Amino acid sequence: MVDASTSAHGDLTLKNLTKNFGDFVAVDDLDLVIPEGSFFALLGPSGCGKTTTLRMVAGLEEPTSGSIYIGKSDITYEKPYKRPVNTVFQNYALFPHLSIYENVAFGLRRRGVKDVDTQVKKALELVELTHLSGRKPSQLSGGQQQRIALARAIVNRPALLLLDEPLGALDLKLRRAMQIELKWIQTEVGITFVHVTHDQEEAMTMADTIAVMNEGKIEQMGSPADLYDNPRTAFVANFLGQSNLIKGSIVDHSGDSGIVNIFGTKLALPTPRNHAHDSSVLLGIRPEKIRIAPRGSSMSGNVLEGGVISDASYIGVSTQYQVEMPWGQELMVFEQNDDGTPPLAKGDAVTMSWEPIFTFGLAGDQDANAGSEANPDSE
Amino acid sequence: MSTALLHTSVHEKKPLITKKKLLPYWLLAPGIIWLVIFFLVPIYQLISTSTQTQGLGIGTYVQTYRFANFIDAITSSKAQLIRSFEYAFLATAFALIISYPLAYAVAFKSGRWKNTLLVLIVAPFFCSFLLRTVAWEQILGEQGLVIKFLRFVHIMGAQDHLTATPFAVVAGLTYNFLPFMTLPLYASLERIDIRMMEASGDLYANAFTTFLKVTVPLSLPGVVAGTLLTFIPAAGDYINAELLGNPGTKMIGNVIEARYLEIVDYPGAAALSLILMVSILILVMLYVKRAGTEELV
Amino acid sequence: MKQASRWFSRNLIRIYAFIGFAYLFLPIIYTFAFSFNASTKSNLVWVGFTWNNWLNPCGAPDVCNALGNSLKIGVLATFFATLLGTLMAFAMGRYAFRGRSIVNILIFLPMATPEIVMGASLLTMFISFGFNPGFWTIVIAHVMFCISFVVVTVKARIASLDPRLEQAAMDLYADERETFRRVTLPLVAPGIAAAALLAFSLSFDDFIITNFNSGDVNTFPKFVYISAQRGLPPQANVIGSSMFLIALIIVLAGQFVGRRRAGVR
Repeated sequence: MVDASTSAHGDLTLKNLTKNFGDFVAVDDLDLVIPEGSFFALLGPSGCGKTTTLRMVAGLEEPTSGSIYIGKSDITYEKPYKRPVNTVFQNYALFPHLSIYENVAFGLRRRGVKDVDTQVKKALELVELTHLSGRKPSQLSGGQQQRIALARAIVNRPALLLLDEPLGALDLKLRRAMQIELKWIQTEVGITFVHVTHDQEEAMTMADTIAVMNEGKIEQMGSPADLYDNPRTAFVANFLGQSNLIKGSIVDHSGDSGIVNIFGTKLALPTPRNHAHDSSVLLGIRPEKIRIAPRGSSMSGNVLEGGVISDASYIGVSTQYQVEMPWGQELMVFEQNDDGTPPLAKGDAVTMSWEPIFTFGLAGDQDANAGSEANPDSE
Repeated sequence: MSTALLHTSVHEKKPLITKKKLLPYWLLAPGIIWLVIFFLVPIYQLISTSTQTQGLGIGTYVQTYRFANFIDAITSSKAQLIRSFEYAFLATAFALIISYPLAYAVAFKSGRWKNTLLVLIVAPFFCSFLLRTVAWEQILGEQGLVIKFLRFVHIMGAQDHLTATPFAVVAGLTYNFLPFMTLPLYASLERIDIRMMEASGDLYANAFTTFLKVTVPLSLPGVVAGTLLTFIPAAGDYINAELLGNPGTKMIGNVIEARYLEIVDYPGAAALSLILMVSILILVMLYVKRAGTEELV
Repeated sequence: MKQASRWFSRNLIRIYAFIGFAYLFLPIIYTFAFSFNASTKSNLVWVGFTWNNWLNPCGAPDVCNALGNSLKIGVLATFFATLLGTLMAFAMGRYAFRGRSIVNILIFLPMATPEIVMGASLLTMFISFGFNPGFWTIVIAHVMFCISFVVVTVKARIASLDPRLEQAAMDLYADERETFRRVTLPLVAPGIAAAALLAFSLSFDDFIITNFNSGDVNTFPKFVYISAQRGLPPQANVIGSSMFLIALIIVLAGQFVGRRRAGVR
């Protein structure tokens, strides 16, 4: 009889974790600490190594090198059935030959738990599916199967719950409802959740902390607001939401801001938000932070002249503009339709401005498009 | 770098690689041993017997590497050999023609009866094939209704008969191997995504063209499997020829049986068996190469 | 008129299928019908209806002896072939190992070799090692040619198994042995059952290989073959029909049970 469930608990620590598949490096020397009891998201495009990392924590994949700790226990090479970790699989992996009740009871029975019946009933109540306990998985809808998969994992009170893109197969409305429910369950139960997803909205909605992964490495880690407002790499800036990244160089300093030369215009970049390592910089500003007005209007803050609207799309909540700049780049501007002024049209000459505190700076030697193809929502 | 190395050497909870890697061999061993002893060894002995000649006493043989055995075998039984392949080819062709629409109907037009119908296709298999062949002998025979009916309608004369003809032998062969043809056909037809046929219709193909250009090519693996599973046993069969044929319809199987059990000419019989086996293998290789199947098993 | 022709063309294939099934079952129905024939010598002409044959199925000499042998051989051969074949199927379906293609060929060859070649060569080998053909040589021969079919059937079932189910089991604290017992085996079981049924049918129905390797021992197909020359007793029809019906009922029942287990309404 195996019982590993309540033996280890604490923070999840990954140290120098690496996984190679032949020549391909799926996970590259990963260092990560996930605090106990938090809702953590591993976010990234497909192939970035997030699922492989998850599987190594679950014990379904063996690391090439590095170690995994829960609290002080080293679980790097433990078999999956010896770890206090449970997984909610992407396709749910419910046992087709067992009833819903037996599916949820599976882990409890293997561990030799005494009061199986009470625990199973409690778990089913948590996901509000007690009435289905006699059915078989094939008789349930996708959303119901997903909740049973969750119940089956949670009933074992693991130190760590791993979720591998569990909401991927659900339609939009159901997905939104499940996101809220998962978040609620996590706070109720207090278990550490590690959620793997490629949907940045989902990660930002649910997680306390997000780690953005790309090509086996962590690009940046922090709270959703942190990552969104103050991205440190072009990949993160483009993968979460959308960004305008303009090439420039730092020419001066004034107080706690750097002065960046953008094709002749001088713009302020607060030094704490500058992540470039030399004077070559990608100046970043999110489209929704930019104000836009016909040329000649007087504007304050960081002001950019010389733009001409090349496209205007009315989206109801907002109007999205593409503005062609004199140096050939097209910038995006999202204006909320909240003041009744008529939208600008294609061909209009405009002036743009934004509050300097929203500016961020990235290392100038990066690919300004990194992360944008991977993000299906960006143009 | 060095700390990483230290880490990995400390974790010796890794599973024993040797134990895991040997398991498949242990699982395979009993079956492989059985097949080697009772299949490969006899075949090897067959090969070596085929070049032997009669020794001093009756029933003793000496290895003389007499390859002329094969020439003798072919010259004496050339007709039966060719006939066997003819019959097998005809039976396979007829089986394909008869089975394909049947498999198609069960795969696409049977709704919730699909599984029951599948069972019904295999069901005749449950009744001894000898009994079924004997039944055909009687159905097509003098006392049977078929002849009476055909004579009544004047298609056949009073002297004509259906049994003891090549027609009966081929008909028997076809019938006996129908499930072997239908099941693989069904299996590959069933796997075809019905949306491909719908897409074909969307792209201006009528039902017949869809069938020809979409369904048939996609069902090819099943056709290959079915024809192989039918042709191979049919070529070596001798029951149908015995029960439904006449001395003029003897197949190579009859000849080999006689050589073994009646004439007791082991090297000759072995030589014939080898020729049969090799010709079948060659045909199968050629066929599979053209039709293209990766894994036969 | 147009209605009729449209119905006809749409249902053409169903009509054909119906005719096809009728053709398939014709000899079975014939066999079944003539099992009630009150014939004494040969069962060729319909004499009259009687229950006697069914009430006294062992009436004809040696028929039940032959049947008994076939059943015993069938059970033994099925047991060993299914065991050996299933082990091989797991090895091939689950593990990577060197020599895969050779094993594939070894499994394929018995299915591609004419029965007469296998039967005759096996007989030669038995004799050369001093074993006279009899009951056990038949069993050995049957196991030999059934293994391949078992491997193919079970392997197909294993291949359709979602590996994530076993991963889920291990994630839920089942070690390798328990995972196999509680998840893998129950899900592969239908394939093993189908393989066993196939092996039994192949063994029971086998004539050619049996004929070469049986010596004096009589099996049911052998009995039919020999009697066919002289005149088949209706008792053979009785046995054939009942085997057919029993097998049909077992398979249909198995289907029914399988559906209920999966929860399909």
